[in-house]
Amino acid sequence: MLDATPKERVTREALRINSCKTCQPVGALYAALGVHNCMPYSHGSQGCVAYHRTVLTRHYKEPVMAVSSSFSEGASVFGGKSNLTTGTKNVFDIYNPDIIAVHTTCLSEVIGDDLKAFIRDMEIPEGKLVVHCHTPSFKGSHVNGYAAMMAGFISYLSEKTEKPNGKLAVFPAWSEPSDLRLLKHYMDLMGISYTLFPDQSGVVDAPMTDHFESFPKGGTTIDEIRGLGDCTHVLGLGEWTVPEPCNALSKKCGVKSDIIPYPIGIANTDHLLMKLTELTGKEVPYAIEEERGQLIDLILDQHIWTSQKTCAIFGDPDFVLGVTSLVLEMGMIPKFVLTGTPGHAFPKMCQALFEQYGVEDQCQAFEFDDLFTLHQLVKNEPVDVLIGTNYGKQIARAEKIPFVRAGWPVLDRYGHYLWPNIGYRGAMRFVERISGAIMDHVDQTCSDEDFDVVM
Amino acid sequence: MRQVAIYGKGGIGKSTTTQNLNAGLAEMGKHIMIVGCDPKADSTRLILGGLAQQTVLDTLREAGEDIDLDNVMKLGYGNIKCVESGGPEPGVGCAGRGIITSIGLLEQLGAYTDDLDYVFYDVLGDVVCGGFAMPIREGKAQEIYIVCSGEMMALYAANNISKGIMKYAKTGGVRLGGLICNSRNVAGEAELVAAVAKELGTQMIHFVPRSRDVQQAEINKKTVIDWNPACEQADVYRELAKKIDENDMFVIPKPLSQDRLESILMDYGLMEA
Repeated sequence: MLDATPKERVTREALRINSCKTCQPVGALYAALGVHNCMPYSHGSQGCVAYHRTVLTRHYKEPVMAVSSSFSEGASVFGGKSNLTTGTKNVFDIYNPDIIAVHTTCLSEVIGDDLKAFIRDMEIPEGKLVVHCHTPSFKGSHVNGYAAMMAGFISYLSEKTEKPNGKLAVFPAWSEPSDLRLLKHYMDLMGISYTLFPDQSGVVDAPMTDHFESFPKGGTTIDEIRGLGDCTHVLGLGEWTVPEPCNALSKKCGVKSDIIPYPIGIANTDHLLMKLTELTGKEVPYAIEEERGQLIDLILDQHIWTSQKTCAIFGDPDFVLGVTSLVLEMGMIPKFVLTGTPGHAFPKMCQALFEQYGVEDQCQAFEFDDLFTLHQLVKNEPVDVLIGTNYGKQIARAEKIPFVRAGWPVLDRYGHYLWPNIGYRGAMRFVERISGAIMDHVDQTCSDEDFDVVM
Repeated sequence: MRQVAIYGKGGIGKSTTTQNLNAGLAEMGKHIMIVGCDPKADSTRLILGGLAQQTVLDTLREAGEDIDLDNVMKLGYGNIKCVESGGPEPGVGCAGRGIITSIGLLEQLGAYTDDLDYVFYDVLGDVVCGGFAMPIREGKAQEIYIVCSGEMMALYAANNISKGIMKYAKTGGVRLGGLICNSRNVAGEAELVAAVAKELGTQMIHFVPRSRDVQQAEINKKTVIDWNPACEQADVYRELAKKIDENDMFVIPKPLSQDRLESILMDYGLMEA
C-alpha cells in the first residue's frame, strides 16, 4: 500500500504526509468526558464534532456523546453568540447534564468569538454550569486541547476555601481508562486520599447493562474539581502535557505541583510511587513491590529476544517518552522516536533519555513530524519492531516489520482500552507484546529447522 | 498597570497621537509598552526612529512558535517598549486573527511585566470584527480614548466605536476615558467635539491643534518631544500626557442616534439644513 514511498528524503516545510496528530478539540472532548455528568460541546460547525466523536467512538468502541453549535454561514459572519446561547439551552433542556464543557473550533477562533463574555451573558439554569476553553486546531495538537480543557475546568470551578481537604490532586496526561483504573488501584492500595482529574474510567469503558445511560457512572465530579483548590498538592503525570492545568490551579488557588514523567516503564513507575510516598507519607505495599519483581523477572527471562533489538516509536509526546524509557530498560535501541505534536522540548527530553543509556549516537528524535518521514527513516535504516498507533500498520506491512499497537488512537483492534500501559502491570504487557511480536516474526520467517516449539 | 486602547477613524492620527502622547508620558518617567494592532505595523515608527520592526506575526511565520520576547520587542525613545503585531498583506488572510494570536503570544512570553505603568494598544480604524475587539476584552485594556476631529465621518466613527465599548463595558470592565480632538482646522471644532463628547457622557480630554511641527517631526522619524522639545506642540502633547495620567473620568458611553448626531452637527453649522 505504501510501496511508493521513496527512500530519498527531501526537506519539506509546508507539507505533512500521513500526520501523526489530530485536532485540539478531540483532546478537549476527551478531557470533558472525564468529568461526571458533563456534556462536551463543540463551538463551531457540525463537521468538526462529527469527526471527533467518530474517532473517539472507534477507539473506545463506546458511543461518545458531544454536541455542536452548528455554525451556518450566518454565524460565521455575525459571530456564534446566539448559537451558543440557544445550543446550551437546548442541551440542558434535552440531555440535562450538570455541566457543559465548551471548546472552540478553527472557525470560531478565526472569527474571534469571545466565549468568556458569551457565557457570562447567557442565562444558565439554576445549579448548572458552563465552562470553556480555546482549542484552535491550527495550533498544537489534540494533546494541547486536552490540557486546555483541563485548565478551562480549573479556571472556572476550582476554589480555595479556608478548609484544606487533605487530598492529593493527580493530573494525568491523556490516559486510557485502564491506566486510570490502575492508577487509582495503586493509590487505593497505598491508602492515599486523592482526586484524579480527569477520569474517563467508567465513562468510555462503561459496562454493558440492561439500559443506556447518556452519562455513565464515571468521571471526576464537579465538587471534586471545585475541591482541587483545597488539595495539599498536585502530582502531574506527563511533563509535556500537564504543566498548563498545573499552572492554572497554581495561579487560581496557589496549589503547588510536582510534575513527573508519564509512568510507563520501570523507572517512571518507581518515580511515581516514590513521589506518592514523598507527598503523602504513605508506604508502597508489598502487592505493588511484588508486581515490580514480576516485571523484572519477565524482562530478564525474555531479554535474549529484545536486548540490542532496534525499534521505532511514534505517537503523543508523553506516551512516547514513557515507551522509549521502557524499551531502553529492556536493552532495546529506540532508533527513531517521533511525535506529530509541535514543541522543541520533546526531542530534548528524548535526547536526555538516549544519553542516560549511552545510545545517543544511535537514536534520533523528531517533533512536529509525520509518518511519511518515519517510513523513509525505517526504509533507509530498518528496525526490528515498530511501536505506535494504528496508523503504523501500513508502514509495518510495506517494510515487513513486526508491529505493536500502542497509544492513541488504535481504531483497528478491540479491548486494548481494558489493559493498562502504565505501572508495572502496563510494562509487563508491553514486554509481552514486544517480545511476542519479534518472536512471531521469527516464527513466520525462519527456516524449518529453526522453527522450534521452545524459544 | 494601566492598559489603554486608542481607537478612531482610519487616517485620523491615532498612531501619531499615541506616540507623541507616549513620548510625553515617558518624559514624566513612566514605563510604557506600545502594542501596535495594525497590519500596516506603523504604530511605533516615531518612537523607534523609523526602524522597521520585525512584527510578531512575521516572526511567528519565519521562526515558528518558539519565539523569544527579544525577537519582537524593541526599545525606543524614553525606553518605551515597542511591539508590532503586524498581519497579512492587504486583501489576504485574517488580520483580526492576527491580533488574537499576537496578543496571546505576548501574554505567553511574559511581556506584561509588573514594572510597566502603561500598555497602549494602537488599534486600526473601527472595531470591525472579533479580532479588533481583542484589546478591550476582559483582562486587557480598561480604558479607551477615541481620536477624532470635527469632521462628520470622524465623529460618526467615534459614535460607532462607542457602541462597541458599550457592549464590552457591560461584561468586562472597559470604560471610555474621553475623546482626543486631533484638529483638522474646521470651524467651531473644539465646541463641536466637546458637545458630542458631552452627549456620549464623556469629555473632550484634550484639543490638539494642527501644527506643522508634527509633520516636521514625522518626516524626521521622531515624536515632536524628541525632535524639538522646546516647540509649542511639544507642550501640547505634554499636557495631553498629563491629562491622561491624571484622568479619573471613566464612563460607559451612551452612543447617539444617527438623527441626534446629525442635529448636533447642524447646530454647529457644519451641515446644510
